[in-house]
Amino acid sequence: MSAPILSVRGLERRYGARIGCTGVGFDLWPGEVLGMVGESGSGKSTLLSCLAGHQRPDAGSVTYDGRDVLAMPETERRRLARTEWAYVHQHAREGLRMGVSAGANVGERLMATGARHYGRIRAQAIDWLDRVEIDETRIDDRPTAFSGGMQQRLQIARNLVTGPRLVFMDEPTGGLDVSVQARLLDLLRGLVRDMGLSVIIVTHDLAVVRLLADRLMVMKSGRVVEQGLTDQVLDDPQDAYTQLLVSSVLQV
Amino acid sequence: MSDYNFAYLDEQTKRMIRRAILKALAIPGYQVPFASREMPMPYGWGTGGVQLTAACLTPEDRLKVIDQGADDTTNAVSIRKFFQRTAGVAVTEATREATLIQTRHRIPETPLTEDQVLVYQVPIPEPLRFLEPRETETRKMHELEEYGLMHVKLYEDIARHGQIATSYAYPVKVEGRYVMDPSPIPKFDNPKLSGCPAIQLFGAGREQRIYALPPHTQVVSLDFDDHPFVASKPDHDCDLCGASDSYLDEVITDDRGGRMFVCSDTDFCMGRVRAGHAGRLAGQSKGAAA
Amino acid sequence: MISVENLSKSFTLHNQGGTVIPVMAGASLHVGPGECVGLVGQSGAGKSTLMRMIQGNYLAGAGSIRIAGTELVGAEPRAITRLRRETLGHVSQFLRVLPRVPAVDVVAEPLRALGSPEAEARARAECMLWRLNIPRGLWSLSPTTFSGGEQQRVNIARGFVHPFPCLLLDEPTASLDAQNREVVLTLIEEAKARGAAILGIFHDAPARDRVCDRLVDVTAFTPGRAA
Repeated sequence: MSAPILSVRGLERRYGARIGCTGVGFDLWPGEVLGMVGESGSGKSTLLSCLAGHQRPDAGSVTYDGRDVLAMPETERRRLARTEWAYVHQHAREGLRMGVSAGANVGERLMATGARHYGRIRAQAIDWLDRVEIDETRIDDRPTAFSGGMQQRLQIARNLVTGPRLVFMDEPTGGLDVSVQARLLDLLRGLVRDMGLSVIIVTHDLAVVRLLADRLMVMKSGRVVEQGLTDQVLDDPQDAYTQLLVSSVLQV
Repeated sequence: MSDYNFAYLDEQTKRMIRRAILKALAIPGYQVPFASREMPMPYGWGTGGVQLTAACLTPEDRLKVIDQGADDTTNAVSIRKFFQRTAGVAVTEATREATLIQTRHRIPETPLTEDQVLVYQVPIPEPLRFLEPRETETRKMHELEEYGLMHVKLYEDIARHGQIATSYAYPVKVEGRYVMDPSPIPKFDNPKLSGCPAIQLFGAGREQRIYALPPHTQVVSLDFDDHPFVASKPDHDCDLCGASDSYLDEVITDDRGGRMFVCSDTDFCMGRVRAGHAGRLAGQSKGAAA
Repeated sequence: MISVENLSKSFTLHNQGGTVIPVMAGASLHVGPGECVGLVGQSGAGKSTLMRMIQGNYLAGAGSIRIAGTELVGAEPRAITRLRRETLGHVSQFLRVLPRVPAVDVVAEPLRALGSPEAEARARAECMLWRLNIPRGLWSLSPTTFSGGEQQRVNIARGFVHPFPCLLLDEPTASLDAQNREVVLTLIEEAKARGAAILGIFHDAPARDRVCDRLVDVTAFTPGRAA
């Protein structure tokens, strides 16, 4: 039996007296997609940034592949962040370099991990643009010339080019048109399956987690109020808040 | 002379700068912050280089100042005069005779020796600044040797121009550790940085940074396996001295498309002319060059 | 293969004064390999609830559900995910898919999730679509635009594309014409012949009579009536 890729225990982050998140614990297994839902301010984004090492939690432990992430030297954590981990931001411009071409955006992680052959870097960039359905003729265009949906797909290519194992996503479909969302979700689902990615995805969109997540965590006021199989939590919610959340969604 | 301390700066400031220089020499390629002083010239006119020169000068020194290889341009002349007036040191235009050379945008063609110090004026010391505007982040990147970004810059060059089009301030890696901006020297000069017997000091006044290459330091220009670094120059010989191995300036001579190529290093060129070498236009332009 | 013992379930409506609605008590049934069992009982008696609990979609209150030796009640979510991927097939009445995904990929997905190569999974998916008389021209289109009957057949193709040892069928022949109804019943018979354990809800009485070996009346498990 394999071991969890990420183990979180008793995680807490406070902002002064205010609770960012507290008492969070879970295991993420290889190839598993974990959704985190909750309304704005429920602590889901704080939790994600603590897990990804962008913020330091005040208490608790995070273990990645048997290694204590919080005790790790920064060099090692940043090396992980550009090799085995990936982080997809809600706003593509936070995750992209807007001043350089699409090809350079995809190639950066390769170059950061020692690739020094221009032709091969470019070939890999073209392959990845193709995988995220961006025409290769756009390789030398800057992301500023791309639509929102294309920018988001470019961000995904840039993150996945080094074949990471663990991907953090913060509202990856937020702010996109519904039709563009569907395309992105389909793409993500295919990549998750084909690359065997483990994913933690934060969103407030229950339809997104239903389509993408194996498992769901519901957060409220910095705490996890319910977790379980995604469709079970959505169709048979046990907690009062989850019931309210699920029943608040407008039916189409 | 009594109006100024020797070489303009007060002794406390010199001590502070010398400490920064020692630290910079101890960590080749690392940018050492220093408390840059106001100098009696505007930023961009070599205030960083002038402070280094002032901190290094002794009364026995012989100073040479060049700007784009020439001893007779405004910037070079005014800095040379500044030190004549505030330090009273001897000056020279001959590279071989100088003990301290302050330069902007060139390394002299004449090989330097262990008895010499070369001081560079630097506008932007941070080679990563092109793609990463945050100082906190660039420092972290140097600390952790995260230099992938430098190759992103070169990648963009090739993608856009078919080759690495960066022709000056071409980034280098020092002793396999720090990536460094060699100041806006042409990439033709980059090979001279490596293994140089002279001490090389770099000063950025506005940005308040000093960095250095101790003698015989290994300096490698960044490149790709399939797009290797080339120290290129215009494909001509000098029209005055006929040199085929020196860096050339293109000079427009009339408004009918006439032009000539001449050594950017004026001392080197005149030395060759005096030794009897002649280029394509040697006869016609002798008066202008002398 | 599918074994349910003394299962109970109630819903607690926290946002309506904490009302507790018991919906099932003492449910027990067993489906062996090669056997098809039909759930009967009037509308609202709990047929769908029982099916959903066996699928892991509803949380059981108490009791036991064992699928091919795996206990579902209190199981880790990932154990249920694995069970659904490898062992427990499911044909619902409604097709829930992403827009723009072609029908052939929707059908191939269970195979891709099990690690089949894309070409092989697609070939088998096309074979299923062909058997279920989906016109070839529709294979590359998203089923969201299909008619009700076509959607239902895509759903069936998806449920039968992998030889799951256990199958849950919710009204598999609803809204099908005679010809396609016959195909589906044949598929069920083939599954039984290879030893699958099948639990189904069939409102179509002749179909039920043809494929079911036994019937279980869920009215017996409805708390209100049992009391």
